[in-house]
Amino acid sequence: MPFTRNIELGRVALVNLAADALYGKLVVIVDFVDMNRVLVDAPGVDRRVMSLRRLALTSLVVDLNEEKSPSKETLAAAMKTADVEGQWAASAWGKKIAKQAARKNLTDFDRYKVMVARVKRSALIKKALK
Amino acid sequence: MVKGLKPHRYHQYHIVGRHVPTDADPNPQVYRMKLWSLDDTRAKSKFWYFLSRLKKVKKANGQIIACNEIFEEDVTTIKNFGIWIRYQSRTGFHNAYKEYREISMNKAVDALYEEMASRHRVRAPCLQIIKICQVADADVKRDNTIQFLGVKEPVSFPVVNKVLRHDSKSQKTTFKYKRPNFSAV
Repeated sequence: MPFTRNIELGRVALVNLAADALYGKLVVIVDFVDMNRVLVDAPGVDRRVMSLRRLALTSLVVDLNEEKSPSKETLAAAMKTADVEGQWAASAWGKKIAKQAARKNLTDFDRYKVMVARVKRSALIKKALK
Repeated sequence: MVKGLKPHRYHQYHIVGRHVPTDADPNPQVYRMKLWSLDDTRAKSKFWYFLSRLKKVKKANGQIIACNEIFEEDVTTIKNFGIWIRYQSRTGFHNAYKEYREISMNKAVDALYEEMASRHRVRAPCLQIIKICQVADADVKRDNTIQFLGVKEPVSFPVVNKVLRHDSKSQKTTFKYKRPNFSAV
């Protein structure tokens, strides 16, 4: 199968190394250093070089009009036009990460509520399958 | 410097020095030099090395007037750097021109020393930087640099050798219960 997600200008990627300061953030590729490193940028972070080993490419691409290292405003506008946040939140990958984050932030009582809901659901399933 | 990023090893120094004033020459000629080294002590040493080759001034009869580190302003965009070098190999002396795409000159010098060490087995003391300058996209010479400019057609390439790594050390395992998902690379 051919590669569908290429390293290209405007490609949105997820930082997937926990040791990195940008872990879990979506960044946009704005320039290229070599085969293994690219320049990444995102609103609210410093533009910097990042190794491709730390990035997982998403299917999203932002249209930067072939402009390398655009200004923060241009980038934010382009990301808004491409609806990066909305599309990411709607994707299965984005949903999974949001779910993991939500689960992580649950309080003890929340976890209890989840447990009760699970018991209720399994009771309903059991009843339906009987 | 962004936190968590590897800092550059080589630093750029601006060094000013001269012969010690004597009765014969109370106002000796002042020389200045920009060079790269790991720290200011090594920078001064390199200054005397170069100056003693060029002029009749050496460390024993000279003095350093100033030694300042030069910091680069723009470190968030990628530039092309052309570097002219002279190096000593096992055979003899060679001149060469190299190109690097980096965010700063210091990073380009880092890359130069690493590449010369790996490709040509050149140790740091055997390498002399003649000149460094920023090269415009139109003037870039090397194919390896040109391919990342996207002049003829936009740059687009796949990650062909993706190594899936654990997010953090605590998640490192020898065996996984699931095959890795390479669709998202």
